[in-house]
Amino acid sequence: MNIYEQQASNRRMTAFLMAVFLAFFLVIGLGFDYFYLNFAPGGAQALAMTSDGYYAAGPAGAGSPVPFGTIIALLIGLGLTANSFFNGPRMVLRSTLARRAVSGVDKERQFINVVTEMATAAGLPAPAAYIIPDADLNAFATGTSPANSVIAVTEGLLATLNREELQGVVAHEMGHIRNFDIRLMTVSAALMGAIALLSDFAGRSMRYGGRSSSYGGSRSSSGSSRRGGGAAALLLFVVWIVLVVLAPLISRMLAMAISRQREFLADATGAELTRNPKALISALEKIRQAVMPTNAINNGVAHMCIADPRGSLIEEKLGFTADLLATHPPMQKRILALKAMAYQSEHPQPDFN
Amino acid sequence: MTILAIVLLVLGGWLVFMFNGLVKLRNQVANAFRQIDVQLKRRHDLIPNLVESVKGEMKFEKETLERVIQARAAAVSAGQGGNTGDILAKEGMLTQALGRLIALSENYPNLKANESVKVLMEELTHTENQIGFSRQFYNDVVTKFNTDQQVFPTNIFASLLGFSPSQLWELPADSPERQNPKVNLTV
Repeated sequence: MNIYEQQASNRRMTAFLMAVFLAFFLVIGLGFDYFYLNFAPGGAQALAMTSDGYYAAGPAGAGSPVPFGTIIALLIGLGLTANSFFNGPRMVLRSTLARRAVSGVDKERQFINVVTEMATAAGLPAPAAYIIPDADLNAFATGTSPANSVIAVTEGLLATLNREELQGVVAHEMGHIRNFDIRLMTVSAALMGAIALLSDFAGRSMRYGGRSSSYGGSRSSSGSSRRGGGAAALLLFVVWIVLVVLAPLISRMLAMAISRQREFLADATGAELTRNPKALISALEKIRQAVMPTNAINNGVAHMCIADPRGSLIEEKLGFTADLLATHPPMQKRILALKAMAYQSEHPQPDFN
Repeated sequence: MTILAIVLLVLGGWLVFMFNGLVKLRNQVANAFRQIDVQLKRRHDLIPNLVESVKGEMKFEKETLERVIQARAAAVSAGQGGNTGDILAKEGMLTQALGRLIALSENYPNLKANESVKVLMEELTHTENQIGFSRQFYNDVVTKFNTDQQVFPTNIFASLLGFSPSQLWELPADSPERQNPKVNLTV
């Protein structure tokens, strides 16, 4: 895949992610209407209610004629999606307590300079430089477009790496910016946060409002089964609940899968920008040795970082579980790929002409 | 008849597409070239400050310092002359003289501890890197521009439409930049 295909693919994935997110809200809203507000298209529910009561000719009082839940959920979903797009970078930065780098401090000026150099190498406007107050070694990039982007590194990274290694890390982040990974990752981080919040909310409302729902369910199953059978309704309910409960997990796994593919490419772009894969190799080695978790970075932003901030050793494992749960490809594999690049640049293939 | 019209339409569309793409690249090449200029200018502005602040400590390296000042003056006048080959040669001399100055300054612990010199050295490293990376970017863009002109079937039309391959920024064969700076470490 070349860079233009990569950019196009990232744009598509961003739109897809937003669509999935909206669909998720639609399902939650519809389910809420169906199970809590007893809304049913066609007024079938109203008939079921009147079968054992007196008010046969009364209005469909039990079922709401307007799907309030769906409408509200869709509006919230649209709002959150727009918010994730426009405020995502700021939200991400705020969640990590990042602050702007100042040119008065030696190391931070060096960082700002390195960021400018990498922007020159990529032929893009220089991103803003931010510092995360944390002793661990990590870095990430965020923003919605190259013209509006941010590169943030931890204080520990600045203190530990030398200029060339820092250049390698910044070049890796610049790769994310150039490939439009930042938009996708920022949007997915913001949406993931929203889904976690929403799922939590739905779960809680289920706990408090659960009685009325099970009551309605038992009644419809004991009464005349005009609703299409209690079993089907129950099945729908179960599917809905499972969806609500698993949503954060599924969304996180999606984000991880998205992120894993892109790390290799960003490493390669970083090597292309600096023409110096060795600096990035030694930076990754140092980052790998510092396995303590990056406390300032929470789980929602994990997939944006250069290395897993949770400090878990899952990144070192290979195989199915790691494929499913890791946000980053194993460090070993990344270093190996970079070493291959370094070897090729030092030992050019002979021309067989 | 219809087929002919379609073929002509497709061909015309492709020509417009190709022409616009090449124009875009040509402007990018011009812009990338200006970026190198900006960085070279920055280096010229930086050197007097640097020389001024290391002069006191490095008075034994008078020759090196003078070489830097001369190289800078030559590079500035070459830049005003506007001859690309001349600029390349003179800027190469300046790079070499500066490299020698930086390497020698490592011998002076007082210099390394000096706050303002440290700041200047970082600025100098930054500027040298900026020059290197803007050249690298220029060469990348030029390579793309030239490749796009030379592939078939664009190569038939490119020169007819007034496009010509751009020159890569490379060092002349006898450039002093190709030699490693010799540093005498005996004090």
